[in-house]
Amino acid sequence: MTYKISRRRFGQLAIATSALAALYEYNFAKSNIQALAKQSPAWQGGNIPKLTKVNVNFQVNGTKQAVEVDSRMSLLDCLREKLKLTGSKKGCDHGQCGACTVMVNGRRINSCLTFACMHEGDEITTIEGLAKDGNLHPMQEAFIAHDGFQCGYCTPGQIMSAVALLSETCGKQDSDVAECMSGNICRCAAYPNIVAAIQEVRKGKVNASL
Amino acid sequence: MHPFKYGKTVDLKEAINQLGSQPKANLIAGGTTLVDLLRLNVVTANHLIDINQLPIANIEIFEAKSSPEIGARIGALARNTDVAMHKQIIKNYPLISQAILSGASPQLRNMATVGGNVMQRTRCAYFRDTAVPCNKREPGSGCPAIGGLNRSHAILGTSESCIAVHASDMCVALVALDAQVLLSGPQGERKVALVDFYLLPGNHPEKENLLKPGEIIVQVELPHSPFAKHSHYLKVRDRESFSFALVSAACALEIKNGKIVDARIALGGVATKPWRALDAEKLLLGQSPSEGLFAKAGEVSILGAKPQKSNAFKVELTKRTVKRALLAAVGE
Ligand SMILES: Cc1cc2nc3c(=O)[nH]c(=O)nc-3n(C[C@H](O)[C@H](O)[C@H](O)COP(=O)(O)OP(=O)(O)OC[C@H]3O[C@@H](n4cnc5c(N)ncnc54)[C@H](O)[C@@H]3O)c2cc1C
Ligand code: SF4
Ligand code: FES
Ligand code: FES
Repeated sequence: MTYKISRRRFGQLAIATSALAALYEYNFAKSNIQALAKQSPAWQGGNIPKLTKVNVNFQVNGTKQAVEVDSRMSLLDCLREKLKLTGSKKGCDHGQCGACTVMVNGRRINSCLTFACMHEGDEITTIEGLAKDGNLHPMQEAFIAHDGFQCGYCTPGQIMSAVALLSETCGKQDSDVAECMSGNICRCAAYPNIVAAIQEVRKGKVNASL
Repeated sequence: MHPFKYGKTVDLKEAINQLGSQPKANLIAGGTTLVDLLRLNVVTANHLIDINQLPIANIEIFEAKSSPEIGARIGALARNTDVAMHKQIIKNYPLISQAILSGASPQLRNMATVGGNVMQRTRCAYFRDTAVPCNKREPGSGCPAIGGLNRSHAILGTSESCIAVHASDMCVALVALDAQVLLSGPQGERKVALVDFYLLPGNHPEKENLLKPGEIIVQVELPHSPFAKHSHYLKVRDRESFSFALVSAACALEIKNGKIVDARIALGGVATKPWRALDAEKLLLGQSPSEGLFAKAGEVSILGAKPQKSNAFKVELTKRTVKRALLAAVGE
């Protein structure tokens, strides 16, 4: 007897197997998240214990936001998880990489090392807030023109730092730019192109501020 | 992260009250040390008191005529960037500006405050990992750095219990310039020299400074400085930027008629607290600046060092760093 599986049957089997795997992964992820939630109510989104609940109002990219957060929620997690502004990235969560760089009241900071509840009344700008009327910010254009990235993970942070740099004190040389950008690590080492992009905008300096 | 209650206040007295009356309360300023360590569960708090609204962020510079004792007052909440970029700090105390700018990253310096910088914790990798023992984190549990991975650890001011480095750059410049800290607490105000504010680890590495329960650093005070013309902060590290010091030296000289009449040498990256090399300073007094003299100061600055297995290179590196910083201070 030959053991034959029809194309159709094969397809069904494949779907069943991957569905099982997906279900397993789902359950695994769910139990993981539940375990984490027990440890850290910040993960539970809506269900924050009274003790740690804080209401905070701030402006993000010009829009007023009122959010209820766990006191332990970083500004980065608040932007990404609560406001769904996932442009800002989490690279290290410890201030060491710069992927989470945003502007608060006009100054660049690491949003992973500050709690959302500390920002009552603040004006926050993320990478999503740079484009105006459908036009990219000149720095965004320059990063594209100069291939200032490879995987792109560090890029939102790089661009936020680069835009902030335009209104900071920074020397003229490429090495000065490298120093001013040293808080943003790029695993793909796109550094030469990042510096080139920034230098182009600085030389042109047309409409390049926020 | 352990759950904590969050509160903030605009009033110093209220902050002191809250800090003194709540068990496991912690102040938060820039957050760049505290959030990091809370997230690692190295520090746990039941209550965070946000002091960012307190009116202690001013930077004031005084003329010698109107204020003979105090040259500058820097509020504890002044951001590191604002201190480093302050025109008169750059003019009168360039050492401080250089030291701050050599540390961390622009983003972190925008967040970090002067008080938080003074209070920053060691970067010892064992301290930061709750899975291993550490006398500083859990008194009496042991010190795995002694006999372990200790390339970045201290060679001066160490004890049998702890060899962790105090990692601040700014504070190395501050102790070189005889900075004092003004503390305010339930019992009132007091002033302490920053160099004495820090304690050596001894048998109690968990006790790092003189701060009493409920006390807050209000400001840093600096005497007038004759060193602006001849000072230099030199930081040697594994990569060119955004890295803690392997060795750093804050050197400052006052030179009259070709002779050194006052000298300051402070070291970072090699000691358990921001370190004054007093014997090396004395050696310079009354002498004319020269490479040979500065090399000797380098040698003396590290006398009594107790290197570990992996950080013995810091002995030679410190000598050379001091010599180079002194040469740079006289413009060579
Ligand atoms: C990735 C990274 C790299 C770094 N590199 C360097 C470097 O190269 N050189 C360097 O010198 N530093 C470096 N730092 C450390 C940085 O300078 C400190 O984290 C910063 O100065 C702390 O200031 P803060 O205001 O953020 O402190 P916070 O985190 O807010 O507070 C730190 C501690 O101080 C206490 N505190 C704060 N203010 C007061 C006050 N007024 N009175 C009493 N207690 C107070 C808090 O309770 C807390 O325990 C680095 C940090 C990171 C994360
Ligand atoms: S050196 Fe100090 S901080 Fe590091 S493990 Fe030993 S006791 Fe802990
Ligand atoms: S995620 Fe904030 S610095 Fe890396
Ligand atoms: S582009 Fe990949 S990390 Fe920078």
